[in-house]
Amino acid sequence: MAIPLSYNIRNLRLRKGLTIMTALGIALTVTTAIFIMALLAGLKRAFVTSGDSQNVLVLRKGSEAELSGGFDAANFPVLKNLPGIAKDSHGEPMASGEWVVVIVLPRKDGTGEVNVTVRGMMPDGLELRPKVKLVEGRWFTPGQREVVVSESIHKRFSNANVGDTLAFGKGPWQVVGVFDAGGSAYDSEIWGDVNQMATDFDRQGGFSSAYLRAADPVSAQSLKNRVGDDQRLKLEGMLETEYYAKQTSSGAPIRIIGWIVAVIMAIGSSFAAMNTMYAAVAYRGREIATLRVIGFSKPSILTSFVLESLLLSLLGALVGIVLMLPFNGMTTGTSNAVTFSEIVFSLRMTMPVVITAVAFALIMGLFGGIAPAWHAARRDIIAALRD
Amino acid sequence: MTLARFVSKNAFRNKRRSVLTVLSIAFSLLLLTLMMTIWRAFYLDEGSAESAQRLVVRHRVSLTFSLPAYYREKIRSLPGVVAVVPVSWFGGIYKDQKPENFFAQFGTDPEEFFKVFRDVAIPADQVTAWQRDRQGVIVDDTLANKYGWKLGDRIILQGTIYPVNPELNIRGIFHAVPDDKSVYFNAKYVEEAVPWFKGKAGTFSILAASPADVSKVSSAIDDMFRNSPQPTKAESEKAFGLEFVAMMGNVKAFILSICMAVVFAILLVSANTMAMSIRERTREVAVLKTLGFTRQTVLGLFIGEAMALALAGGLIGTAFGYLLVYALTHSPQFFSFFNMKVTLGIWLSAMVASGFVGFLSAFIPSYHASQVNIVDGLRHIG
Repeated sequence: MAIPLSYNIRNLRLRKGLTIMTALGIALTVTTAIFIMALLAGLKRAFVTSGDSQNVLVLRKGSEAELSGGFDAANFPVLKNLPGIAKDSHGEPMASGEWVVVIVLPRKDGTGEVNVTVRGMMPDGLELRPKVKLVEGRWFTPGQREVVVSESIHKRFSNANVGDTLAFGKGPWQVVGVFDAGGSAYDSEIWGDVNQMATDFDRQGGFSSAYLRAADPVSAQSLKNRVGDDQRLKLEGMLETEYYAKQTSSGAPIRIIGWIVAVIMAIGSSFAAMNTMYAAVAYRGREIATLRVIGFSKPSILTSFVLESLLLSLLGALVGIVLMLPFNGMTTGTSNAVTFSEIVFSLRMTMPVVITAVAFALIMGLFGGIAPAWHAARRDIIAALRD
Repeated sequence: MTLARFVSKNAFRNKRRSVLTVLSIAFSLLLLTLMMTIWRAFYLDEGSAESAQRLVVRHRVSLTFSLPAYYREKIRSLPGVVAVVPVSWFGGIYKDQKPENFFAQFGTDPEEFFKVFRDVAIPADQVTAWQRDRQGVIVDDTLANKYGWKLGDRIILQGTIYPVNPELNIRGIFHAVPDDKSVYFNAKYVEEAVPWFKGKAGTFSILAASPADVSKVSSAIDDMFRNSPQPTKAESEKAFGLEFVAMMGNVKAFILSICMAVVFAILLVSANTMAMSIRERTREVAVLKTLGFTRQTVLGLFIGEAMALALAGGLIGTAFGYLLVYALTHSPQFFSFFNMKVTLGIWLSAMVASGFVGFLSAFIPSYHASQVNIVDGLRHIG
C-alpha cells in the first residue's frame, strides 16, 4: 500500500526553512537553465521564421552566405527569365537582385558599436517578402537615398526614427519608414534601393545575391535545381528556409557555455537536495520504523521518500519559472555567425522550454532523493525504533 | 584538544552531510572559477608584452570591407610604427564544412610577417623556406598535431569568399602563446587568382615602437584616412579581439549574473547545512557553556566549522576549475584570441568568496545557538 502524498507535503511544510532553502537552490539552477533555453528558442525562432518556402536565394557557387557571395549583374536577366518564377504586380517575373553590406552603428545606450546588415533591393524585393509589414511611414522610393529600418533597429539605435538621417556609405540616408518582420532575421536589417547602395559602396555591376519567388513551395524546389543546373550561370540556388536554418548555428557558443553552466549548477544542487533528504530521513528514523511496523512495505517507503524529493524539486522548478517570467520577451542581440552582423531576438519561454526545465528539476530531485530513500527503506526496524 | 581540532572534528562529524556539502560548494566554486577566468581573459588580461605593442587596422565600416594595399606604406611612414603587414581573412573550407574542421586562414606577406609577430616561435630555416615558396604556408603547432601535418605536406583549402582553392605546401610549423590555431600563406597567391582582390588587404597588423605609442599611432592612422573613401579604424590587438566578444551580446551582464546566482546558491547550501548541524547540537552548546566557554568562543567554533567546510569546497572546486580550464584550452577544438588561465588572483578571490560565504552562512544560526539559555539548552530535545 502506498503512503499518501499528503504525508510528504506535511513533512515538507513542517521543516519550512530547510525546504525553502533547498527549493531556492534548485530554483536558481532552473532559472539559469530556462534563461539559456529561452535564449536559444528565441534565436531559433528568428531564423526559422525568416525563410519563405516560396523564395529561392541565389548565390555564387561555393559561397555560403550573402556577404561572401557576389556575382556579375549580367547573370541577373538570365535568372529572371528562368521558367517557374511567379509574376509580380506588373506582370514581370518576381525577382530581386540585392546587395548586402554590414555597417557599424553605435548603440543608443552607449554600450558599444554593433554590426548591422544593410540590404539594397529591387522593388520586387518588397513584394516577395509579403510577411514583412510596414508599421510607420512609407517604403523607400527607388532611385532615392532613402531607407526603411526594422522596428528593433528603430528602438535600439539613435537617428533611426522616421524623418531622421542615418550616415553610412558616402553620405546621409533619409529614414522614411519602419517595418516589422515578425521576429525574423530581417528584424535586424536596414533596407534601401539596390542601385543607390551599390554606388555608395562602390559595388556597381554586381549583386551579392538574388531572390526569386516561385509560384508555390513545390515549384520552388525545381526552380532551385534549375539555377544550379544552368551552365551559363555558375550560381547556386537554395531555398530561403534552408539558408536560415543553417544560420541557427550562431547559437552554438551560447548553447555550449550555457549547458556547461547549467549542468555544473545542477550537480551542485543535486548534492544539496541529497543533503536535505538525508536529514529528512535521519530526523524521521522512528517515524519510518513505525510506518513499517504498521505494515507499509519497503518499496512504499522508498517511493514515498523519492516522491518527497521530487516534490521538493518541483517546488524549486515552480519558483524558478516564476523568477524567470519577468524576463520573458526581453529582446537581446547576438552576432550572426554567417552574416557577421547582429541578430536581434527575444527571450521566449515556450512550452517545450518550461517542460524541459521541469524535467531538468525532477532529474535533480530524483538524483538527490534516491540514495536517501534507499537508506530509509533499508533501515532495521528495531534499531530505528530504539533511536 | 585545541580549538582548531575541535572545529575540524565537528566539521566532519556527520561525514555524509559534510561530504555532500563540500561537494555541492565545490561544484559552485568550479563554475565561479570558470567565470572569473573568462572575465579576466576578456577584460583584465593585457595580453603579452608583445601583443600590447601591436595594433590592428580595419575598414571603419566593417570587417567585411577591405582596405587598399597602398595604405601599408602610408602607415609605415608614421612616427612610432616599426613594421606593418597585411593580414587578410581567407575563410576557406578545409576537408568539409563541419565546425570541428574550421580554423582561421590568413593571407599575409611572409617577408614582414615575423617583424610584426616577433613572439611567434619558428625555426629560421622554415621562415626562409616559407618566404621562397609562393605556395608556402605556415601552420600552428596545435593544428599540425590535430591533423598530423608535417613539413612538406600539401593542404587544399576551398575558398568561400574568394573563388579560388589554394593548394599550399607546409613550410613551417610555429608555436604561439596563447594557441593561435591559424595558418598563414602568401596573400599574393589569392591576389593573382582573384582580380578584384588585387591591391587590397583585409586588415593590417602593426608593431609600434612601444606600448605607449599604440594610442598615438592609432589616432594618427585614423586621422590620416578620415576623409578618404576608405576610412579606417585602428585599435590595439586586445581591443580588436574584444569587439568579437561584444558581438556575442551583453557578455559582462551574462557572466556577472551567473556569478551572483552561483554565490547565492553556495550561500543557501552552506546555510542549510549549518542550520541543520547547529540545531542538532543545542544541548552540546549548553554543555560547552556550562564548562565555561564564552558565547564568543561558541560563536567562533561554529563559524570556524562553516568556514572550514566552505574552504574545503573552495579548494576542491578551484582545483577542478583549474583542470577544466586546462582541458578546455588544450582541446583541439578550442579557439580563442584570449589567454584563458587560472591565475593566483583568481584562486585567491574564489577562496575569499567561499570563506566569506561560509562565515555569512553560519552567522545567524550560530548566533542564535550561542544566545540560548543554558537550562533551556540542556532541556532541548533534538
